[in-house]
Amino acid sequence: MLNSMIALLNTTLRMATPLILAALGGVFTERSGVINIALEGIMLISAFMAMAGSYLTGNPWLGVLTAIIFGILVSLIHAILSISLKADQIVSGTAINIFATGLTAFLLRVMFESAGQSPSVTDVGTWTIPIINDIPIIGDVLGEQIPFVYIALILVAISYWVLFKTPFGLRIRAVGEHPAAADSVGINVIKTRYIAVLISGFFAGLAGASISIGLLDVFVENMTSGRGFIALAAMIFGRWTPQGALLAALLFGFADALQMLAQSIGLDFIPRQFLLMLPYVLTILALTGVIGSSEPPAASGEPYEKE
Amino acid sequence: MKKLSIILAVVMIFAFASMVMAQDDFKVGMVTDVGGLGDQSFNDSAWRGLKMAEEEFGIDINVIESNSMTDYVPNLSSLAEQDYDMVWAVGFLMTDALTEVSKMYPDVTFGMIDAVVENPNVVSVTFAEHEGSFLAGVAAAMKSEKDVVGFVGGMEMPLIKKFEAGYRAGVKAVNPDTKVLIGYTGAFDDPGAGKELALTQFSQGADVVYHAAGACGIGVIKAAQEQGLYAIGVDSPQFHLAPEHVLTSMIKRIDVAVFKEISALYNGNFEAGHRPYGLNENGVGLYRPQAKKMLSEETLEAVDNYKQQIINGEIEVPTSPEDL
Repeated sequence: MLNSMIALLNTTLRMATPLILAALGGVFTERSGVINIALEGIMLISAFMAMAGSYLTGNPWLGVLTAIIFGILVSLIHAILSISLKADQIVSGTAINIFATGLTAFLLRVMFESAGQSPSVTDVGTWTIPIINDIPIIGDVLGEQIPFVYIALILVAISYWVLFKTPFGLRIRAVGEHPAAADSVGINVIKTRYIAVLISGFFAGLAGASISIGLLDVFVENMTSGRGFIALAAMIFGRWTPQGALLAALLFGFADALQMLAQSIGLDFIPRQFLLMLPYVLTILALTGVIGSSEPPAASGEPYEKE
Repeated sequence: MKKLSIILAVVMIFAFASMVMAQDDFKVGMVTDVGGLGDQSFNDSAWRGLKMAEEEFGIDINVIESNSMTDYVPNLSSLAEQDYDMVWAVGFLMTDALTEVSKMYPDVTFGMIDAVVENPNVVSVTFAEHEGSFLAGVAAAMKSEKDVVGFVGGMEMPLIKKFEAGYRAGVKAVNPDTKVLIGYTGAFDDPGAGKELALTQFSQGADVVYHAAGACGIGVIKAAQEQGLYAIGVDSPQFHLAPEHVLTSMIKRIDVAVFKEISALYNGNFEAGHRPYGLNENGVGLYRPQAKKMLSEETLEAVDNYKQQIINGEIEVPTSPEDL
């Protein structure tokens, strides 16, 4: 029983990690007023680049770095399209998502002359946290994990601090709520939004790397499987805050872990599809205001036109 | 205008000439599923079958890869238009497309993999996955020390249920008390979910997990490697993913089936219809070289015994978990 609980929490943490990272990216970009549904595609490209970086250098951390660089580069495309050229942000994001599927499948063939999957590469392994590892139960869950789990948890705290305790965070929130007012007090709306979108690329890059060389050690076509969109749901359910996104991602991960366990031990009084559906039902309820109120940043999705 | 018509005439003459010339050659083409070549699964296997025929008979072969499901009809028609003697549709997703195209080109012979199309110019090749999975179940149950084994499926659909049913029957035949943990990822392309599902089953005491979950299975094998336990692969040998942790693979010899049908057509004794490939036809089975390395002499003997019993009809393997 205790073993099952520990396994459940372990799976929850691992399933939640890419969601936490991508959702943090979502919080930054949407707080600044730019919708970034390209998170999914950026994650996929970064998952590939992390694998490629590790494959070519033999060092998984250089793979992570490659993933982050490409995450930022691809998000730059989204920033140029949606901020400078004022293109529809949903269309730009969708285009990047479709582009990502094709690009990664193509690169896979060019690099390895095979479709479907890459060879195994060096992954980032696990980290052991000394003192915590010795505590019973807690140590079994938090004592030894893939590095991305700890990175994600630390970044939640940093993101909270940046967004709510620094002038830079205030500027991001200001341009997302009322860009004209922010502009009138001398905040550079365009620049702030660019930085926020590039930050989301950084997070999506980490999220992609956490899947290909964190959870696994290979790249498989389309391996992000919609996690970018699930992360957006976590961001909404978490009311556009880092701490909320963390809790929502953990809830989503828990629902996933629970249905896996329920299936394996043959508990089928609740259909697993219902458990899988649950987080999204909650998200919809949150959006409609049934559970608390979820108001997006006022200027979210609107390009800024200087008057 | 005049120039254009001259050019057109020349093009037409060449096209006609090449058509006439082409008719001398025996040509076989195939259209892949969206997985494409290099999938290390059924598309690659079918292509190997065509290549075997090319080597054996010196025929012309060609492949068109489909990018999306809407490509199936145009791709199949395009090969039929070019007077191919035989055109293969690879994968059950192409069932509807081939039903349509085979009616449009009654003079062309078609082959269908993994599904049945009942037109007089189509040979349909299906595989007894449940029979092969039965042997995987035998191997898993005999390898298991804790008498708990697992199964990870992709989407819950009849084809995958067939794998589950055969596997469970195989486990039960060896040891009725062995527990079989069942899980479905709900996808074929999410190795992360496959890995977590397998880890969940390992945490519940399983020490061998068999998968029929496409790319999710890569995660299953990675989970076995991480835990120092065992996985059984599917479709292709798959041991390269973790040589010490893959017991064997349940492979479908699509290449053998494709080659057989092409030879029949080439030698003039072809017959359309439904061709089920089971253990008896060597259409399914465990990947021998890896099994020899990983399994005991006793297990291999038991696998052979059960195989013979299935071939002789002494054991009837269920095709759906409800019939267990």
